[in-house]
Amino acid sequence: MIEFLKRLFGHQGSSTTAKERLRLVLMTDHLELAPEMIEQMKRELVEVISRHVEVDRERIEVNFERQDRTLALLANIPIISVNRPNGKHEAAAASKPAKAESPKKAATGNGEAKPPTRKRRRRKKSGPQASTAPA
Amino acid sequence: MHQVESIQPEPAASAAPAKLGRAIVLTSGKGGVGKTTTTANLGTALARRGSSVVMIDADVGLRNLDIVLGLESRVTHHLLDVLEDRVTLDDALIADKHSENLFLLAAAQSREKDEVETSKMQALVSSLRERFDYVLIDCPAGIELGFRNAVAGADEAIVVCTPEVSAVRDVDRVVGLLGNRFRPQLVINRLRPQLVKKGKMLSVEDVNAILRLPLLGVLAEEPEIVVTTNRGEPLALHKNNATGAAYHAIAARLAGDDVPPPMPPAVKPTLFERIGSLVGRKRT
Repeated sequence: MIEFLKRLFGHQGSSTTAKERLRLVLMTDHLELAPEMIEQMKRELVEVISRHVEVDRERIEVNFERQDRTLALLANIPIISVNRPNGKHEAAAASKPAKAESPKKAATGNGEAKPPTRKRRRRKKSGPQASTAPA
Repeated sequence: MHQVESIQPEPAASAAPAKLGRAIVLTSGKGGVGKTTTTANLGTALARRGSSVVMIDADVGLRNLDIVLGLESRVTHHLLDVLEDRVTLDDALIADKHSENLFLLAAAQSREKDEVETSKMQALVSSLRERFDYVLIDCPAGIELGFRNAVAGADEAIVVCTPEVSAVRDVDRVVGLLGNRFRPQLVINRLRPQLVKKGKMLSVEDVNAILRLPLLGVLAEEPEIVVTTNRGEPLALHKNNATGAAYHAIAARLAGDDVPPPMPPAVKPTLFERIGSLVGRKRT
């Protein structure tokens, strides 16, 4: 009924619809024209997520989808394991989340500042992916 | 914009010094937005200003510019004849019926776009620039080889767009393909001011909020275009027609004259508005 009245009195011309459609379609077009950008984004997404969980890099899907009035980024990232890749204790890393900016920094920083404890040595060995893990 | 080149002019053209004219491609991506009509009218308007103009119909296989100009019966040779050295350029150039200093190089009708060699097209356009103030290239629709060939020799672009979602999208794509080299300028064609006023058509501002190009001109949907095209005479011959005058304004702006910025065509008052203004209560 409201739709009918709207149409009857022409409150919102079809040019508004045209503008909205144009805006969306161009956003999609520009994304399609920038595949390198999307690849880069994919890599960065994976990098961030891998800090927390082990993901299946081969089966990652990142897509853009038109949803009603917006464009959505849909990422399907299969998780292999929620544990650290080497199966070490999460609590060890979680206790020092602030220091673990990047894997290397975290490792050297710990080594210099304090005598290494058992836990810390384990972290060092577990490689780059073991660095950050806020609980 | 003309520069005198240091190289010696050809003997045939020795009367006039060699110049470096502007090679402008008219393109749009989408078909049917008025590239050919705009080429014919802009060519006419520029020639009427005293410039020497050659128009190249680069739509090989779908020759149309000759029809719009009423020159179809004079086409004996075409673009590919020149590119493939079967005839000289002078044999293939067709003088316009209506305007002096206006010439057409027709497209081949029975050939295909991929038969044009890009490097030869480039060479042709640069030799034409030495003889004419303006080389207008009427680009085929699409973004394939025909487009690339049409664009190859040009150094400027005019993009023709109608206020429709599909046309704006295609122009956006074409502008992306052109890059910065062509400094594209925008002509909005077939605008219907009455519909814009009612909010039923994209306005000039709507279109250019997206494309963000220097606005070269705005042309209204013009029934007279149908009539003049039927007759084969460009509307720009009739300066008393608003659209005809708008083509001349585009030509002047292109030539660098200080003309007022393009305005959307005026809305004709409706019957009610006219009655209202007679009564003196309402003005449009």
